[in-house]
Amino acid sequence: MSDFNNDIGQQLHRFHGGLQLRHYKQISCTESPPFIAVPKQLVVPLQQHAGLIAEPCVEVGQRVLRGQRIASAQSGISAHLHAPSSGTVSAIEARWVHHELRCQAVIIDCDGLDEAVALTPLNGWTQSAPESVVSHLQAMGVVGLGGAVFPSAQKIHQSLHQEQNIHTVILNGAECEPYLSCDESLMLSRPEEVIRGAQILCHAAQAQQVIIAIEDRMTEVEKRLLQCIKTKNLSHIQVVQVPTYYPEGGERQLIQVLTGEEVPSGGYPQDLGLVCFNVATAQASFKAVEHGEPLIQRLVTVTGQSVQHPGNWWARLGTPVDDLLRAAGGLQQAVDRIVMGGPIMGRCLIDTQAPVVKASNCILALSNAEVHDPQGELPCINCGFCVRVCPARLLPQELHWAVRSQQLDRARDYGLMDCIECGCCDQVCPSHIALVEDYRLGKHQLRVQQQEQQRAQLAKQRYEARQERLQQHEAALAARRQVRKSPASKPLDAKARIAAALAKKRQQKAAQQATNTTPPTSSDEDRS
Amino acid sequence: MSQGQTPSLQVGGAPHLPPPRSVASIMREVLYALIPGILAHVWYFGPWILFQLLIACTFALLAEWAMLKLRQQPLKPFLSDYTAVVTAVLFVLCSPPLMPWWVSAIGMFFAIVIAKHLYGGLGQNRFNPAMVGYVAVLIAYPQVMTQWLPPQMLFDELGLRSLDIGQGLWIILTGTPPEALTWDTISQATPLDTLRQGATKNLLINEIRVSPIFGQFGGWGWEWIANWYFLGGLWLLYRRVISWQVPVAAIATVVFLTLPFFLMDPDAHPFPMQHVFSGGIVLGAFFIATDPVSGSSTPMGKLLFGVGIGLIMLVIRRWSAYPDGVAFAVLCMNMLAPLLDRYTRPRIYGHER
Repeated sequence: MSDFNNDIGQQLHRFHGGLQLRHYKQISCTESPPFIAVPKQLVVPLQQHAGLIAEPCVEVGQRVLRGQRIASAQSGISAHLHAPSSGTVSAIEARWVHHELRCQAVIIDCDGLDEAVALTPLNGWTQSAPESVVSHLQAMGVVGLGGAVFPSAQKIHQSLHQEQNIHTVILNGAECEPYLSCDESLMLSRPEEVIRGAQILCHAAQAQQVIIAIEDRMTEVEKRLLQCIKTKNLSHIQVVQVPTYYPEGGERQLIQVLTGEEVPSGGYPQDLGLVCFNVATAQASFKAVEHGEPLIQRLVTVTGQSVQHPGNWWARLGTPVDDLLRAAGGLQQAVDRIVMGGPIMGRCLIDTQAPVVKASNCILALSNAEVHDPQGELPCINCGFCVRVCPARLLPQELHWAVRSQQLDRARDYGLMDCIECGCCDQVCPSHIALVEDYRLGKHQLRVQQQEQQRAQLAKQRYEARQERLQQHEAALAARRQVRKSPASKPLDAKARIAAALAKKRQQKAAQQATNTTPPTSSDEDRS
Repeated sequence: MSQGQTPSLQVGGAPHLPPPRSVASIMREVLYALIPGILAHVWYFGPWILFQLLIACTFALLAEWAMLKLRQQPLKPFLSDYTAVVTAVLFVLCSPPLMPWWVSAIGMFFAIVIAKHLYGGLGQNRFNPAMVGYVAVLIAYPQVMTQWLPPQMLFDELGLRSLDIGQGLWIILTGTPPEALTWDTISQATPLDTLRQGATKNLLINEIRVSPIFGQFGGWGWEWIANWYFLGGLWLLYRRVISWQVPVAAIATVVFLTLPFFLMDPDAHPFPMQHVFSGGIVLGAFFIATDPVSGSSTPMGKLLFGVGIGLIMLVIRRWSAYPDGVAFAVLCMNMLAPLLDRYTRPRIYGHER
């Protein structure tokens, strides 16, 4: 066997900083999550994944079937979208996903028949080439379901086409944000599907082992996964318990805990021979490959003090959040905000009609008491609490000052682009400064600045090239003028001129014989 | 319809968890941690410090209010953040108990108006406001600032007269002892002063320490107050309001720098613990040098900050005209803090170096 490191997960390491948070997970974790009924209308936003928005490939008025592709990935980083149920496309229009994202969405009026297209499983995937598994995952619209929604096929594709071989697939089951329990619930209810998905991803990435990382409080999950592994006799799949500590489930932090190594700045886990997927992504890959089912539903945690009966539900993508809240017993009056995602990194919803998307791991209805901040923002007092908790070992307060004073170069120098936006600094800040919002703004500005610089650089190169051309032209002209003017060339007698011409001709010939490539300088002059 | 019953939703940036701490809560914890030390102070030196606290806090809040008004800043969040109170309390804990009220007022003027608000208010001050105020009055009123009382229990032994409440308040209000009393009859040089004067007379440490004002390690009474500050400091460490680097580095520097001298010549150099438990080292290391705004914020920077304070303080104690140097040491290191921060940046995740 090759040189891969068999010790991964044998000894756990620590990452810098982080937070011990009350996790509130028990209130929603359920063993067999029910399905939400298909709603009357589905709203399928075209931007549900990292990268470029998908382009619709259906028309208004067209009837679509469940699993039919309704929007295609653009070239580059992007993913396909499929109809979550059968019905008629009634509109393609802009809708709010959350308060920071409004994009075009395909609206499907469901007919209630839930008629499916012919499903195309990839039979015998164990024998097929990894690339065909990858393209199948792409066709099924599988993206990372942990929150970053990076197209899974492209992740594997990248790792297959790099120098470093992938030796280990890490399945991330350490959902570290408080309240979330959809991954735990998934592993409890469908351990075999997760394990099968792990095998598929391992095969696709041509890795030698799989490590499923779960939190140390998930003892029941461990039992079920191990039982599954044992009955199938899969020695290359391990389950590792990692401490319940935020942001343990961050890809880079998890890798540090499992291997003690750090993903290089600006690089990817693939640089270390690792590739990470969420456990839900593995399950979706299983569905896609073995059943031919595209990614049209996901497990969603519905929780928070403002819902009556927190829990997990399977929901079709495009289902209004309102349906989930109703399934959870409805909202109580004290609701302050509804968050899509966890309480530390999640985004607020504009209203309860917002659809479930691929990234919706959690719908969190928080009461006033859960978010109350009577102080408001005060100036930074340099307390250094943020320095203590930053898992990227940044100096968050320095970044804050640099971004607020628009010193973007300084911010970059202090590692702004290395910020993983985990929100630890935000959470501990006694001045209640919206630090991560600052960083996101700063990163955006830096990217814009970089693009502008590149453009400016190109323009400058073009300008300089043109200047040089003009200068050469000018110089050539001047040289010719000089030659004409110079007394040596003008008043000579005919004989001498003929001799000079012959000599020139001879010289040219010699030069041409010497190098066939470079034309003699005189021809340049002639052209000018 | 379902929309009809949907309550209006708030929309805000993450995180959506209640923040566990606020500036005010941190400052309150600092104040709580000082309570044992203050009570010990009252026990040993009388109730004067309580009046001083009242006076200084009043002037601090007045100055804060006036500056916020002038700078057109919101009043409520800044007046209720307790930072001015902490500044006032730390100033008082460094100052003699019978300091006249105007000295306190001037100290607070320098602390709040000059050191804090003229530099841009909360979070912007380059120097520790309490120490700026203290040093300003130390230089302006050198005599007043060195008129210390001995511990009450030693009055008889030292042949001094004790003060009643009225006499004490009279001094605080007028700046002069009431008739029938003079400074000589009520005040006493501090242990550090005594040590310094003894040393200039070439007395042995043991000869100097015969005076009843010395206790086990430091000054009699003083060392117990320091113990209570120490306890408060441990509480702050436990609560993670302060980090360990500054106090540990400062105290360790004092101990390790004085230890070899003591071992070489115990007659001329005091026991390291005497350095630690006299003057303002414990208070300074745990409560003053840990001021976040004017300090360093990187782990290594904090260590160096603490080392620098220990070092400069010893230099001042040994060679300068001032018996104690915590305030100057803190101000000197405040100047260096930005530089320390700049050159002690931690290695970022995923970076070489």
